[in-house]
Amino acid sequence: MAKNNPTTPLLRVQDLSFRYVETPRWAVDGVSLDVEEGTITVLAGQSGCGKSTLLRCMNGLIPHMYPGEYTGSVALDGSPVGSTRMGDLAQRVGLLFQNPENQIFMFSVERDIAFGLENLGLPRAEIRERVDEAMRLLGIEPLALRAPHELSDGQKQRVALAGVIAMRPRLIILDEPTSLLDPQTASELVSLVSSLRSRLGITFVIVEHRLELLTPIADKIVVMDRGRKVMEGTPSQVLTDPAARGHGIAVPPVSMLYADLRRDGVALPRVPATPRDLADEVNAL
Amino acid sequence: MTFVHQNGVTALSDVSLSIEKDELVGIVGENGAGKTTLVKHINGLLKPRKGTVRVDGSDTRDVSTARLARSVGIAFQNPDHQLFSDSVESEITFALKNFGFEPSLIQKRLDWALGFFGLEEYRKSSPLILSGGEKKRLTLASILAWDPEVVVLDEPTVGQDAIQKEKLAEIVRMLHAAGKTIILVSHDVEFLWTLQPRLLVMKRGRVVGDGPCAEVMHDRPLLEGARVCQPQLVQLYDELAARPARPFLDVSEARAWIARDGEGTMRTRKGGS
Repeated sequence: MAKNNPTTPLLRVQDLSFRYVETPRWAVDGVSLDVEEGTITVLAGQSGCGKSTLLRCMNGLIPHMYPGEYTGSVALDGSPVGSTRMGDLAQRVGLLFQNPENQIFMFSVERDIAFGLENLGLPRAEIRERVDEAMRLLGIEPLALRAPHELSDGQKQRVALAGVIAMRPRLIILDEPTSLLDPQTASELVSLVSSLRSRLGITFVIVEHRLELLTPIADKIVVMDRGRKVMEGTPSQVLTDPAARGHGIAVPPVSMLYADLRRDGVALPRVPATPRDLADEVNAL
Repeated sequence: MTFVHQNGVTALSDVSLSIEKDELVGIVGENGAGKTTLVKHINGLLKPRKGTVRVDGSDTRDVSTARLARSVGIAFQNPDHQLFSDSVESEITFALKNFGFEPSLIQKRLDWALGFFGLEEYRKSSPLILSGGEKKRLTLASILAWDPEVVVLDEPTVGQDAIQKEKLAEIVRMLHAAGKTIILVSHDVEFLWTLQPRLLVMKRGRVVGDGPCAEVMHDRPLLEGARVCQPQLVQLYDELAARPARPFLDVSEARAWIARDGEGTMRTRKGGS
């Protein structure tokens, strides 16, 4: 894998605006954003704030598949997404949808994971190797020959993610990946994302409403409102800023409590990521 | 009662419970625990293999599904399974017409539902162009428009932002105050915690816990066994060395408690007084 010049981010969005055909409003309005290699970025904001449109700009679906007015630029590894072929982009940017049912459709789990690789026309031995590796990374080897429709929702989400991982992308975009999962299964998926980042150096951009799940692993939270980027910072910066609630962000109770206590003059040493962190700090007072 | 799917999988086994009129009930449990199967028995979409389900005293096997549908409204988890009309407007009026409402009342109910759920601008649009969160609101609007006595919401907060969630909590409180029976199936423990319903915990087709929200959410072994997370404020409460008699119901309660030390003295910036 070619290493980046450390000064160039993996993904650079510069003054990007986009509006769909025949709509008056800019869905994305003058957004600039750098995503550094190996980081986890969370995109948050109310429904209709432009998150999904921005994701589509990152993986090239916009402007390749959606007509509309496009200004500014999105560059992956220094080359503009708009002038890169979709086939090339598909190998560098993976996308996981909210509902894995939209993504898995073959007769067996391993056939499903192999689907994208077969489309690339890779040699059979390489396909086998990559499928086995992806199943191992996601802990789903025992499911290899099962039919995807028999699996639980959490297992389906892992199969869909394995299909993305097998393409060996540099960047993986997750669009509300946990919304159909129960809390335990959701936190297992979050741990998995964190371990894929540290083991493979994959960069993640994640749209998610349940911020309490991602606060412990995210490097950066970007908040959008009416197409604009309105906040950007570490989870502790963004979630303890009173402005976050005004933009419709579901601030986890622990972050809200920390910010309120600080206003009361109870100075806790660190911004807590979890209830246990906060309790440890309070116990030490 | 017991329910066995056609493929032989037992989805519910030996479930016994009663829900009173005007109760607010939450149901939690991991995916596949039987929550949705259970609520489908309430409006007669499914009938038990063994045992009985009675709604307002009548056995669901003796009452027509149409009559049950009038008194029990269910908004299912995936709105795509529920929306079928060619416009938002006709989606909302569909059931009202079926139930034989007067045209003037239909109009009134439609206007209320569109306004209340922020769907006015989509009145004539196809439901297909709505975002996930908007579709979800449309299913709620369609059901609340005919004012059923029992309202079942299956994962109502999925895809909803913080503002919509607060609004949803307000709707639930309002319906509850109006004497409706409300059943919330939800993974969103933070949402349930703000509403403090009676809470049922399901695991592999059985009801393994049943009690007030504050008690059930505090029972860590029970919840861990059912793979349900505790709300953040309960987790925090459990980890505190000095704590009040019961978990904090909201952030301001926790704030007031922590701002004072064990002796009730205000903590200062230096951590003592």
